[in-house]
Amino acid sequence: MRSGRPFHRDSLTAFALLVPVVVYLAAFIGFPFVMSFIYSISNATIGDPHFSITGLNNFREMFHDAAFRTSLANTFIFTFVSIALVIVLAHILAELLIRDFPGKWIARFLLMLPWTTPIALGTIGFLWFMDSVYSPFDWLLRKLGLLGSPGDLFGPMSNLYWLARPGLAMASVILVHVWRLLPLATVILIAGLNAIPREIVEAAQIDGAGYFRRLFHITLPLLFPVIGVTVLFSVFFTFTDMTVVWILTRGGPPPHATQVLASLAFLKSIQGGDLAQGAAISLFFFPVLAGIAAIVLRLVKKAVVV
Amino acid sequence: MARVRFNDLKKHFGPVKAVDGVDLEIADGEFLVLLGPSGSGKTTLMRLCAGLEEPTAGSIFIDDQVVNDVAPRKRGIAMVFQSYALYPHMTVFKNIAFPLSVEGLPRQEIRDKVEWAAGLLGIAHLLERKPALISGGERQRVAIARALVRRPRVLLMDEPLSNLDAKVRHTARDELKKFQREIGVTTIYVTHDQVEAMGLGDRIAVMNEGKIRQIGSPDEIYQEPADTFVAGFVGLPPMNFLEEGGALTAFRPETFLPADLITDQERRIFNFRVERIEHLGSYLLVYGKVGDNLMIANLSLRHPVEEGTEVPFAVRLADIRYYDRASGRRIVK
Repeated sequence: MRSGRPFHRDSLTAFALLVPVVVYLAAFIGFPFVMSFIYSISNATIGDPHFSITGLNNFREMFHDAAFRTSLANTFIFTFVSIALVIVLAHILAELLIRDFPGKWIARFLLMLPWTTPIALGTIGFLWFMDSVYSPFDWLLRKLGLLGSPGDLFGPMSNLYWLARPGLAMASVILVHVWRLLPLATVILIAGLNAIPREIVEAAQIDGAGYFRRLFHITLPLLFPVIGVTVLFSVFFTFTDMTVVWILTRGGPPPHATQVLASLAFLKSIQGGDLAQGAAISLFFFPVLAGIAAIVLRLVKKAVVV
Repeated sequence: MARVRFNDLKKHFGPVKAVDGVDLEIADGEFLVLLGPSGSGKTTLMRLCAGLEEPTAGSIFIDDQVVNDVAPRKRGIAMVFQSYALYPHMTVFKNIAFPLSVEGLPRQEIRDKVEWAAGLLGIAHLLERKPALISGGERQRVAIARALVRRPRVLLMDEPLSNLDAKVRHTARDELKKFQREIGVTTIYVTHDQVEAMGLGDRIAVMNEGKIRQIGSPDEIYQEPADTFVAGFVGLPPMNFLEEGGALTAFRPETFLPADLITDQERRIFNFRVERIEHLGSYLLVYGKVGDNLMIANLSLRHPVEEGTEVPFAVRLADIRYYDRASGRRIVK
């Protein structure tokens, strides 16, 4: 190590190798994070470069804002319904895809496709599928005789108006988000299922356990660390995501039927110009997510057995 | 307790004939060892018996019932896996109790039975620990306790000693035989280790390429190998073979002794060119040639044999076996 190389000391090399990532983290995560702290206790707006510190005013205002409370409730509904669906569906898919069947390769390939698509493009596709007039979903329902005439299951109107009715709009947003998260969650669970020794499952089979007992007493407990990490990632993705909501509904139908905190923060700070309010809303995530992360990681650590 | 019978049993995986027409009957309370090299089909045969594989053809009987289509859990069998397959997230107590709680037994009865099994195997002090925190030998006992606690009709064991180190393995083998005698459960035991097979089995079934080559007591298998495969596989070092015309003359290394040690007139003398001698503590292995055939002699006492000399060695005629060179089958003269 003491040859004529440019970095003849290990510590210097280590430092040089670390610099890019430290600079990156400081510039793109550290700096905005500090700025949002400062903004959240100020009266900063887009129009005026000058601002002064105003204390916790923004947070007080935020809690009194009906839009914030609606968005908060929506965020929880959006997050927990999506994740519950993702975990259940991903587990079913993973169970199916670890079996051997003809066409397994193509099935896995198709499953992974949504993940490889840029999320914005995929969502725009769904925007067209859910168009108020030309929706192919509606067309299919009409052809099946479920929509469009009096007495049909989904009513006499010619269209369902996926994104225009509050409940259905939320369901649509959740559907697209599940479509997007499912591939990753499935792949993680496939890896988790493959890591469970086959002999353990067979031992349970011989010990007399039927499918559901094996699922709840053997497979799920052993998968728990993997599911925990999957849930953690999904919660972060979902809590902080606004792409799906923004492209499909822009938080509507009005006033805020599908508004989530991330889209509300964007609406207030970028579109509305109120940087201070936006910063306060986005900072609201921070303790919530930190808390969730701490709880999940603790549970996972407890569950790790080998 | 039960009898087990395989009737022309076959299991093919695509072109691979893992089990290729096995007929075998195991008596009530018998300890049967399936012995064979890896890939011989012995584990597949056991998995067929457990219901973990479906037979391609043939039938499996437990007592007089065909169990081909009976689910593993309804066959009244228990199995000890090579890796023990303990449930890592459960305590030892819960591991042993698992088959009982599946049956829905009352709590007190479960506790009594678990304590009985744990006492039998000397692991009562480990009940609250998780499998990761106990030794390999202890895990093996937990696995056996879990298998025995339900009082199975048939106990299947897949190389249960192979993960133990040599010293523990020796005592574990001894104990295993004791438990089996005590409980009297019909046992099928899979191993590739001939010492285990000889020491444990009431009978041994030697398998190769999906077929049973010979079934018999350990002594029969050793003394009267039915074909050249069994003769070569069982015994350490293996049998000596001497090519003579269309036949093979075969004898065990320990029956191949310096001629002056064999006083029996019914003997055959060979000119043995001694090439190398290994001193292995209580015995010697002498390597050399008779004609072009490699031979090994196992001498249990020090004898003035020297490397590089040619010495008359002899075998009692009663210790010589003959095999057909083409088919490998025994020729009884």
